[in-house]
Amino acid sequence: MTETFSPRKYLRDIAPPFCPGCGAYTVMNVFLRAVHELGHEDLNKFVFCSGIGCSAWIPSPHFIADSVHTLHGRSIPVATGIKLVRPDVNLVVFGGDGDIVGIGMSHFIHAARRNLDILVIMVNNMVYGMTGGQVAPTTPFMAVTTTTPYGSFEYPLDAARLAVTAGACYVARWTTAHVNEFKESLKEALKTKGFRFIEVVSQCPTAFGRKAGFKDAGEMVKWFKQNTVPIEQAEKMGEDKLMSKIVVGEFAKKQRPTLTQTMQATMEEAKKRIED
Amino acid sequence: MKRTSTTNARFWQGNEACAEGAIAAGCRFFAGYPITPSTEIAEHLSKRLPHVGGISIQMEDELASIGAIVGASWAGAKSMTATSGPGFSLMQEGIGYAFMTETPCVIVDVQRAGPATGQATKSGQGDIMQARWGTHGDYSAVVLSPNSVQEMYMLTVRAFNLAEEYRTPVILLADEIVAHMREQIILPEPEALKIVNRRGPDASEKAFFGLEEVPPMPSVGDGFNVVVTGSTHDEYGIRATADPLVHRKLVERLNGKIQNHAKNIADFESYNIDECEVGVVSCGCTSRTVYEAVENAQKSGIKTGYVRLRTVWPFPDRIIRKMADTAKTIIVPEMNLKQLYYEVERAANGHSQITSINKIGGGELITPEELLTKITEAGRKND
Repeated sequence: MTETFSPRKYLRDIAPPFCPGCGAYTVMNVFLRAVHELGHEDLNKFVFCSGIGCSAWIPSPHFIADSVHTLHGRSIPVATGIKLVRPDVNLVVFGGDGDIVGIGMSHFIHAARRNLDILVIMVNNMVYGMTGGQVAPTTPFMAVTTTTPYGSFEYPLDAARLAVTAGACYVARWTTAHVNEFKESLKEALKTKGFRFIEVVSQCPTAFGRKAGFKDAGEMVKWFKQNTVPIEQAEKMGEDKLMSKIVVGEFAKKQRPTLTQTMQATMEEAKKRIED
Repeated sequence: MKRTSTTNARFWQGNEACAEGAIAAGCRFFAGYPITPSTEIAEHLSKRLPHVGGISIQMEDELASIGAIVGASWAGAKSMTATSGPGFSLMQEGIGYAFMTETPCVIVDVQRAGPATGQATKSGQGDIMQARWGTHGDYSAVVLSPNSVQEMYMLTVRAFNLAEEYRTPVILLADEIVAHMREQIILPEPEALKIVNRRGPDASEKAFFGLEEVPPMPSVGDGFNVVVTGSTHDEYGIRATADPLVHRKLVERLNGKIQNHAKNIADFESYNIDECEVGVVSCGCTSRTVYEAVENAQKSGIKTGYVRLRTVWPFPDRIIRKMADTAKTIIVPEMNLKQLYYEVERAANGHSQITSINKIGGGELITPEELLTKITEAGRKND
């Protein structure tokens, strides 16, 4: 099937602010393609929340939809308020690694624990890109950034595994070199309920690539391709062998009642007890 | 148990009255984090909100609490959070966000003795300036100050009304004493209560952040494609992070919509200000001392009057200026180390001598005797 697809029908006529070669273009494009393939002609059923950072600008103000561009790290709390009052909307959070698992880490864990019915798309560029490339909780060990000029002496966080532990219903990790897998994963996540988390490792040629020694965006995508290990394979490998690898695939797929469902069920039960 | 009483009298705690006032005002979403001395508000609302179809949730911290109520407000619900000093500090960025995005919501700060953890169970009035200037940037606060259980109810209702009318966050600045004491409250008949609801847009409207002083507010999920951002934005919500004119226009309007209506927002109780030689200006729990002291001073022949502020911000300059025209001395009793004092001094503009009584620690109120002594001293000096 070679249907031509243009994301323009979902976008305001405002030029995105991303640098040339930025992975945010890919993420935006793949997300809208997934939405299109699911049969949504517009984004009216969606509400988008984002925090601060380059990837927060993927939906806001570009998507022709309701979008709430919140404070740094607070997209998930705002999404919690919206989703509890309006359980009918399809709520999608876009955020960077610094936003979601740096400053906003605690909200991420608690939303997964509560099984808040939202999809969180974390664009992991391994660095604080908007402020010029400082070390992030996801920066690879010994990578040079502007605030780790001698190499990062901290171990990076595995956000996908953290989401699994916290109770997320759907968890996947892909890179911008895996557009098809990422798209299928988005479709899967958009069709299901509960806290869903997709991490997409994305290139920041400007703030990360230059310091880390990559010639251009293409080199970074090539690096993603060469350094990824499918989760099935990774499970058989030792920790030392996985040190500099990106494990991709689906990490969790399960169903359990959402926050709204457990809240409503609890209140119904309480009502019965009072009436009895 | 069936109520046998036919009156509307209740014997309630201040925090309970605040929670019930919120429900009467139409609040249907509460998010909070436990903190003394505000916790009873969260406890009461988590029990009561489900009865009226509302939602109450305990969030992981105060940053999340203020975020959640902003989200809930954009989803169409009147929303509130309640906290105290340390939590109020954590919420400041979120309060600025609510102001910048014109999100109606109510933040209750039950003051305790600070800074830092201070004396968590003891009253204080140290957040008067934080309530005004706590968030960064150019900001105008609307802050109400109750001094009784009755007012914990009534001013909570008003806080929601002002939030909805002006599309702005409103702070109910209570304190441990008014929040924890129990006294009689007469519940107003629901039909006698004025309830204000935000103005929604017509189907064709698109300017949700300008053109009018208080623009119409849509809810997300209703097809308006509203773009909400805490970054500087134009009338349509589109970011303009470098344009000086867009920033000036937006921030001047946001401040103007409060400052231009300061007279309507102002609310105070006053006594004998046209004839007083000694005036007393106070708010919150401290003002409960003032009544007795002023009465006794009057009895002893010192012409005394008072202004008791129900709205602290915007500061009601006019009434203070009026008092300063007759009063030779104005006394400002407060449970902090001078906060209201400087505002009174500024508003009096040299027409009165301003003096203070300050007491902090242990939740000890300034006593009527202490205040009377000060009034007598001032009265003697003026002779």
